[in-house]
Amino acid sequence: MDAAQATPVKYDMDVVRWFSIAAVIYLVVGTLIGVWIAAELAWPSLNFIPEIAFGRLRPLHTNAVIFAFGGCTLMATGHYIVQRTGATRLWSNNLAWFTFWGWNLIIVLAVVTLPLGITQGKEYAELAWPIDILIAVVWLAFGLNYIMTIAIRKTSHIYVSNWFFMGMIVMITYLHVVNSLAIPVSLTKSYSIFSGVQDAMIQWWWGHNAVGFYLTAGFLGIMYYFVPKQANRPVFSYRLSVLHFWGLMFGYVWLGAHHLQYTALPDWTGSLGAAVSLAMIIPSWGGAINGMMTLSGAWDRLRTDYILRFLVVALAFYAMSTFEGPVMSIKTVNALSHYTDWTIGHVHSGALGWVAMVSIGAIYHLVKKLWNTEMYSDNLVNVHFWLTTIGTVVYIVAMWVSGIMQGLMWRDYDEYGALSYTFVESVLAMHPYYAMRAIGGMIFNLGAWIMLYNVVMTVRRASAARGTHAVPAQA
Amino acid sequence: MSNHDKIYSTKFQDRIERSTVLMFVVVAIVLVFGGIVEIVPLFYLDRTMTHLSPDVKGKVDSKEISPIVWQRQPGQSLDDWKPGDGVRPYKPLELAGRDVYIREGCYLCHSQMIRPFRDEKDRYGHYSVSSESMYDHPFQWGSKRTGPDLARVGGKYSEEWHRRHLKYPREVVPESVMPNYFFLEDQKLDAAKVKKTMEVMNAMPFYPARYTEADIASAAEVNGKSELDALVAYLQSLGNHIKFTEGVNYRD
Repeated sequence: MDAAQATPVKYDMDVVRWFSIAAVIYLVVGTLIGVWIAAELAWPSLNFIPEIAFGRLRPLHTNAVIFAFGGCTLMATGHYIVQRTGATRLWSNNLAWFTFWGWNLIIVLAVVTLPLGITQGKEYAELAWPIDILIAVVWLAFGLNYIMTIAIRKTSHIYVSNWFFMGMIVMITYLHVVNSLAIPVSLTKSYSIFSGVQDAMIQWWWGHNAVGFYLTAGFLGIMYYFVPKQANRPVFSYRLSVLHFWGLMFGYVWLGAHHLQYTALPDWTGSLGAAVSLAMIIPSWGGAINGMMTLSGAWDRLRTDYILRFLVVALAFYAMSTFEGPVMSIKTVNALSHYTDWTIGHVHSGALGWVAMVSIGAIYHLVKKLWNTEMYSDNLVNVHFWLTTIGTVVYIVAMWVSGIMQGLMWRDYDEYGALSYTFVESVLAMHPYYAMRAIGGMIFNLGAWIMLYNVVMTVRRASAARGTHAVPAQA
Repeated sequence: MSNHDKIYSTKFQDRIERSTVLMFVVVAIVLVFGGIVEIVPLFYLDRTMTHLSPDVKGKVDSKEISPIVWQRQPGQSLDDWKPGDGVRPYKPLELAGRDVYIREGCYLCHSQMIRPFRDEKDRYGHYSVSSESMYDHPFQWGSKRTGPDLARVGGKYSEEWHRRHLKYPREVVPESVMPNYFFLEDQKLDAAKVKKTMEVMNAMPFYPARYTEADIASAAEVNGKSELDALVAYLQSLGNHIKFTEGVNYRD
């Protein structure tokens, strides 16, 4: 950083601004669709027309939050971090704009095709094959630009955030290419070349590593830049970051098999996946501790710095869900939790608690830096923080209770040795928790609207003050 | 903190951190192990597939248990298959129904994978085995049971029940949270599309369906039928392919 201060660098920040605004918009949209499908499960009459029925909108929800919101957050922060830590401009500003428009085109195509039922039928990889090709092209453009920008850095060492981003770029390329191999029948329909048990393993190798690399490695990269910056403290331990980086890179890849415990997947594969899952507590907590301890000596700032609150609570949720995950991969626990809402609760403690919170913290930090201003309202940031936290907790508590209850009802026997409950009795028992989950989601979504308002007002005020129009038009 | 040269964990780590190329290469190598170890053996280890697993294969060969995969004789049509003859590729109408199942996202709420537990046996039937989904491109095991497992739903309910239930689920199951699929009745199937799908299933590098020309020609029979007919046919085909023998270990 010293070198950067000595010779001021002009950075390419317009593309970062646009990605940041897009991320906030997609946070609102993605969680709104989530609230809607949550409500559909509580009140099935909401499935008015085929295009908005649960089975078609659920992939749109996952794609919107993971690839639209998560993707734009990663690309906003990624393009920012790689420039700032390398004290250099982007290798290619044009390629970054190509990434921006390409990625948003993919999102638009997803919004059009998924409600029409155009899908490949693989979870988190539903998009039709031509869109898959587009994803590969845009992803490689992003990756190439990122890695080339690292290569032209002015600093001696590659900063830790960029290790994580690089791991994500490489692994997602592997996963996306292999998992998407398919034979097309038409422009909108194709069939995976894999079938049955092999397809299941490949799908969950993809599925779990979309979580492990896209939603964990990438967001740890964000954490390693924005937590020290916002706390104004150096990273707690460099050695810990080395250890947990390589542990995570090597280990995460193995975890997918734990999604297939007790299925027709051979026992050795599931057990191996579970064993590595347990070991992963160490690198995962390494990251969480490293982030948390970065605050040592600055804990008092949590009273006044609402952005820091998001980042710290995100780390707490990260630690919690990376403990919960390995526990759920243990066969005896998995026997109960698999197929239930517990899994959905676990995913959301990671997605809402960790990914969304760290993203929101990073985006607030970015907005202030990019428009060189204070937030329009710090109080609204605080309101957003509490809505996010309360919404997340309501959501995951509802899913814990419903999930464990489902699992216990399904396996319960009466004194005559007959099953105690029919399946529909378990469906009926879920109703209050499904309603509670929808309300939790609504609270979270309300927070997202407040963020959008606050960010728009901040940008408008900053632009007005400067009297320029170098700001995204959509803002 | 600015003196980087004194802060490193190992010399090799320091070299990696100074070189973009080296870091890229090391990361790219470290990331492949898990996938290779867990996925590649599934393509060549016999025990992965029930019908190739030595113990099960021995019992099938000595006629101790029913076949796992249908041994189709020359001249036989798909209609010559009887439940219990072993796993077979989907018939044209079932294949069209499977497309509807995937399009509507049924797999997001229904699993097709019964685990070897007492309660699942009592509720759904014999535990699923790998060969049962060998013709499923992509697999439809699912990950969530908002609704019940469907791996062995075939034959459990009448066709009339399925039609009523699919159209308006709460008419037959008041507690259900499933969407209404009444519109499937008005949507007609396209035989040309089914034919093309069958050809693609034949072209699969892993577990091709091996449809004969006569099988593919028989896709014409879906003309005039509705998506609802197809979906019911698909559901009725699930789970009765293998006749399981009590006490035999089908999973290694």
